[in-house]
This record gives sequence, structure tokens and C-alpha cells, in this order.
Amino acid sequence: MSIYPQPPDLTEEELRRRNARSRALGLFLGALVILFFIVTIAKLGGNVMNRPI
Amino acid sequence: MTIAAERLDQSSPAFDEERPTIAFGTARDYYELLKPRVMQLVIFTALVGMLTAPGPINPILGFASLLAIAVGAGASGCLNMWYDASIDALMDRTSKRPIPAGAVKPGEALAFGMTLSIGSVLFLGLIANWQAAAFLAFTIFFYVVVYTMWLKHWTAQNIVIGGAAGAFPPMIGYMAVTGSVSLESFLYFLLIFVWTPPHFWALALVKSNEYARAGVPMLPVVAGPNATRLQILLYSIALIPVGMAPALISHAGLLYLVVATGFGVVLAYYAYDLFRKREGDEARKAAFRLFGTSILYLFALFGARLVEQLLPFLPWSLMK
Repeated sequence: MSIYPQPPDLTEEELRRRNARSRALGLFLGALVILFFIVTIAKLGGNVMNRPI
Repeated sequence: MTIAAERLDQSSPAFDEERPTIAFGTARDYYELLKPRVMQLVIFTALVGMLTAPGPINPILGFASLLAIAVGAGASGCLNMWYDASIDALMDRTSKRPIPAGAVKPGEALAFGMTLSIGSVLFLGLIANWQAAAFLAFTIFFYVVVYTMWLKHWTAQNIVIGGAAGAFPPMIGYMAVTGSVSLESFLYFLLIFVWTPPHFWALALVKSNEYARAGVPMLPVVAGPNATRLQILLYSIALIPVGMAPALISHAGLLYLVVATGFGVVLAYYAYDLFRKREGDEARKAAFRLFGTSILYLFALFGARLVEQLLPFLPWSLMK
């Protein structure tokens, strides 16, 4: 038995909303990763190829 | 029906006073916390500020800068809703917002707003420059602390001074490109600054009972509707030369000048109409007409300036 207080049983509707929120958060974080990557490449510009071989 | 509205609906399975409260909001509720309509205005005016800046801008970095400015503005809207949730609950216009409706808890909204505020400022600093980031941080501070926490509850001039926060985005946009401000970007600040009182007071006239109930000292509540009508008329007349100024003393062109003059005169006429019609349904209609026209006014002026800036890049212009 857990020593932590248990959350209330969720209704179908609450589960649906929580899942929808989790999906939205996942999409948001994924979009943020892509945005950071693209912006980094744009900031580097031509220098992206400028590295010692 | 929004999630927030459903939460208020006692027939909804989500409504049960006995159960422990859990996080209820969906992505849409969090989106509503950002005041999307205000964000549209911010994006539009900041874009014009960016496009009027001299020199090229990388379109990807420009888009990302605009996104940062929009998110910063949305975050300040979220913090405004967090602080004013108790007032929002008392007013019909705002009672269905996510916090008073119970869809998002105040603590969640505070964390959301703070995270986005800090994130947007850091992001703008890293991709554009730190001057623009500092300006964005100041704008958020001004809107949340100076306007929301102080002016709004203290003086009838609340939206006059607080309107500066909504007027900064063109200057931030310009600064994101150049690292400095120009006369033209300042004139756009001035334009939105002078535009805000007649825009907001037209709505406050109709909703003055709600503001009085919530204890917010809006001008119609403190000085009365007729004094407010006079102030609206004076600001609307002042807005004509202020709106024309970017063309007369800066770089805006003929199209902008024609639009600014035409819409300025129309807005002043509707303000005069509101000044004359003081009672009944006609007065109410006049206030809503002025409110709607004021939104159109700002979009028309900034739209005209946007068209002027984009004209050289249109296909038939490039063929010359």
C-alpha cells in the first residue's frame, strides 16, 4: 500500500481530457525541439559547414 | 461549449463539489489563458515593426522572434488572468475564463505564465538580441505588475497608462531586427497608445455596471458616462494626426496616409455619434459600433503599412 495520497478515480471524461492534455503537451514539446533545431541551424548559417575535418 | 463552461454546468459529470479537485484543463483552456485575440494584435503590430526595420532579416529567425514576442504577450495575459481571477468571476464578460470557471487552478496558471514569460524572454535574447529581450521582459513586467496589480485597481486612468504595454510590440519587433528603436516604431507605439482609451472605454461604457460590481475604477464608473464620452471624443480626434504622423514625418507611404486619414475621420465621427447618443439602445449600439470600428481601424492602418512594405517583393514588382 502506498504511503502517498491516491488521486481520485477518474471518470471517462476526465481520463479523455487528461489524455488529450498529455498529447497536446507532447506535441508542444516536440514542436519546441524542432523549432530549437531549425533556429540553431539558421543562426549558424554558412558556418554550419565550417569545422575542422 | 468550452471545457470551462462545462465545468460550470452542474449536469456535467465533471461537476461534483465533494470530489477532490484535479487538473481539469485541456490544451484549449491553456490556449485561452494566453488571450489569443490580444496576441493577434501583438503579432500583427510587431510584424509591421519588424518589416519597417532597415536591413535584411532571416525569415526563420524573424518568424521565431515574432513567436517569442507573441508568447511573451500571451504569458502576460495569463498572469493577468491569474491575478484578476476573483474580479473575472464577478463579471459576465470574463466569468467563463478558465480560472474562474474552475478548469485551470490559479497555481497552474501562475506556473504556466511564469514559465512562458521567462522562456519567451530567453528565447528572444538568444535568437535576436538582448535589447529586444529586455524590452519584452519590461513589457511583461509593465502589464502584469504596473497595470494589473497597481493601476487597474487604483486609478481611472488605468488603461491610459497601462495601454503602453499593448503599444510596445512594434518597437520590440523593430528592436529584434536592429537592436535599437526608430522614430517610425515610436510613432506606432504612440498610435496604439492614443488608440487604447477610446477603444477600451467604448466597451467599458456598456459594461460599467460589471466594472462597478467588481470594484474596478474604470472611467465610466468613477467619472460617469458623459465625461467618458467626452474623453473618447477628444482621444479619437487626437488620433487623426497621430495616425497620419508615420506618413507625414517618417517613412510610411501614400497608401498608409489615405487609409489613416479615412479611418481616422470615420472613427472620430463614430466617437461624435457616441457623444450625442447618451441613452437607451441607440447609445449602446453606438458604443459597440465604435468598439468594433476601433479594432478595424488598427488592423487597417497596420495592414496598409504591411502592404506597402511587401509590395516590392510581389511577383509583378520583381519583374520590373
